[in-house]
Amino acid sequence: MATTGHTVKAFDEDLGELRAFVSEMGGRAEAAINEAVAALIQRNVDAASKVVANDKRIDEIEAEVERLVIRLIALRAPMADDLREVLAALKIAGVIERIGDYAKNIAKRVPVLAEEGRSEAGTLLAAMGKAVEAMVHDVLDAFAARDPQAAAEVWARDKTIDDFYNSLFRTLLTHMMENPHSITAATHLLFIGKNLERIGDHATNIAEMIYYASTGQQLGERTRGADAFAPDAN
Amino acid sequence: MTQQTSNALKMTARGVNVFYGDKQAIQDVSIDVDMDNVTAFIGPSGCGKSTFLRTLNRMNDTVASARVEGQITLDGEDIYSSGMDVVQLRARVGMVFQKPNPFPKSIYENVAYGPRIHGLAASKADMDQVVEKSLRRAGLWEEVKDRLTESGTALSGGQQQRLCIARAIAVDPEVILMDEPCSALDPIATAKIEELIHELRGRYAIVIVTHNMQQAARVSQKTAFFHLGTLIEYGETSEIFTNPRETRTKDYITGRYG
Repeated sequence: MATTGHTVKAFDEDLGELRAFVSEMGGRAEAAINEAVAALIQRNVDAASKVVANDKRIDEIEAEVERLVIRLIALRAPMADDLREVLAALKIAGVIERIGDYAKNIAKRVPVLAEEGRSEAGTLLAAMGKAVEAMVHDVLDAFAARDPQAAAEVWARDKTIDDFYNSLFRTLLTHMMENPHSITAATHLLFIGKNLERIGDHATNIAEMIYYASTGQQLGERTRGADAFAPDAN
Repeated sequence: MTQQTSNALKMTARGVNVFYGDKQAIQDVSIDVDMDNVTAFIGPSGCGKSTFLRTLNRMNDTVASARVEGQITLDGEDIYSSGMDVVQLRARVGMVFQKPNPFPKSIYENVAYGPRIHGLAASKADMDQVVEKSLRRAGLWEEVKDRLTESGTALSGGQQQRLCIARAIAVDPEVILMDEPCSALDPIATAKIEELIHELRGRYAIVIVTHNMQQAARVSQKTAFFHLGTLIEYGETSEIFTNPRETRTKDYITGRYG
């Protein structure tokens, strides 16, 4: 944790710019999850296509983060916690880009599902979407505050998401067995659930990076939600 | 402060205090220097790193007001004991300074001087061999072999510094102390010295004082951080520069000091 600023003020400005980029990316990814899940629940194809279009900006910011990190390493030669933070920012930007892709993938499935009827799986997905979005939000707050404890707290929440996914899996499996006509829709919904579950995993990865960047120590092995259906789920 | 023990332990310092008159420059420093690693001393100006370096071959003896307390050993032998021959000690623990300081003599004589006064060469042929071997080890031979009779002071700064290293090597030392050996050199000459340090590692125990933290990171395996005359942290260079334990070390190496 930085106690004072750097003697070279421009270094602090560069680090500030880097944090701002990562926070903006994170904010956009968070919004993408929210809007993708809302578009799904409301079967709103227009809103979904907007999520797909907005993902470009997330990709652009990732490229800017990469450029800035290379410049920072080349010109400022960061050391110790500065070095860990700069590398963490680069890795976090990569992970947020993936989160954006998952949100985009959810949005892309909305037009197919718009033809289908609603199911109670939607209620589960809405709740799961909220939980995942909150994880991404809170982990980014931890990043902005460079708060390893807040990061560890988000990290511990991933089990909830795994439990959501397992309930969804069981619900959709029952649907498919009872009504084979629902298989197409149910499969898409299952993939959407899996996307949200992956976003949760990525949020925990970000939490690990924040923890390492600010303490120099790794978080331990995470306890995962029991998954009776996929033996090597990650 | 953790003390790293090594099976190739060369020098040890225990509870070392240094005073200039009644001003204490070094407080209770204990450190081990081993053969296998290059040890870097870093810290802000006036932190005592050069003063401490100079205690390792009793260079502080030349400063009238300086007084050293505590114990410093070379191969287990107390270098401040009354039986220690200081001239012999400085042959065993050589030193390279910030500004290259070749003698105003020929390149050959610069290197031959030490072996001659220490009686290390029996004949002209012997001496020729010592001079060539030293210049080769200092990475200078190819550049000067055809002009050994020219003055050492006519060489470029980087070459002069390598000549000084050759001069230190010529008396077959066990430890080489370097006090900011590159601070007067351009980046290419600096890189050559750093490469040389890398090649000399293992053959001699090397201790380098540097203001350039990137240099400490590049050339050393162990780093000691000094602040206000005390040793704040001593450990693996890779740890010091990625995950220092002490806040003062971190503030210094990340550029937040002061």
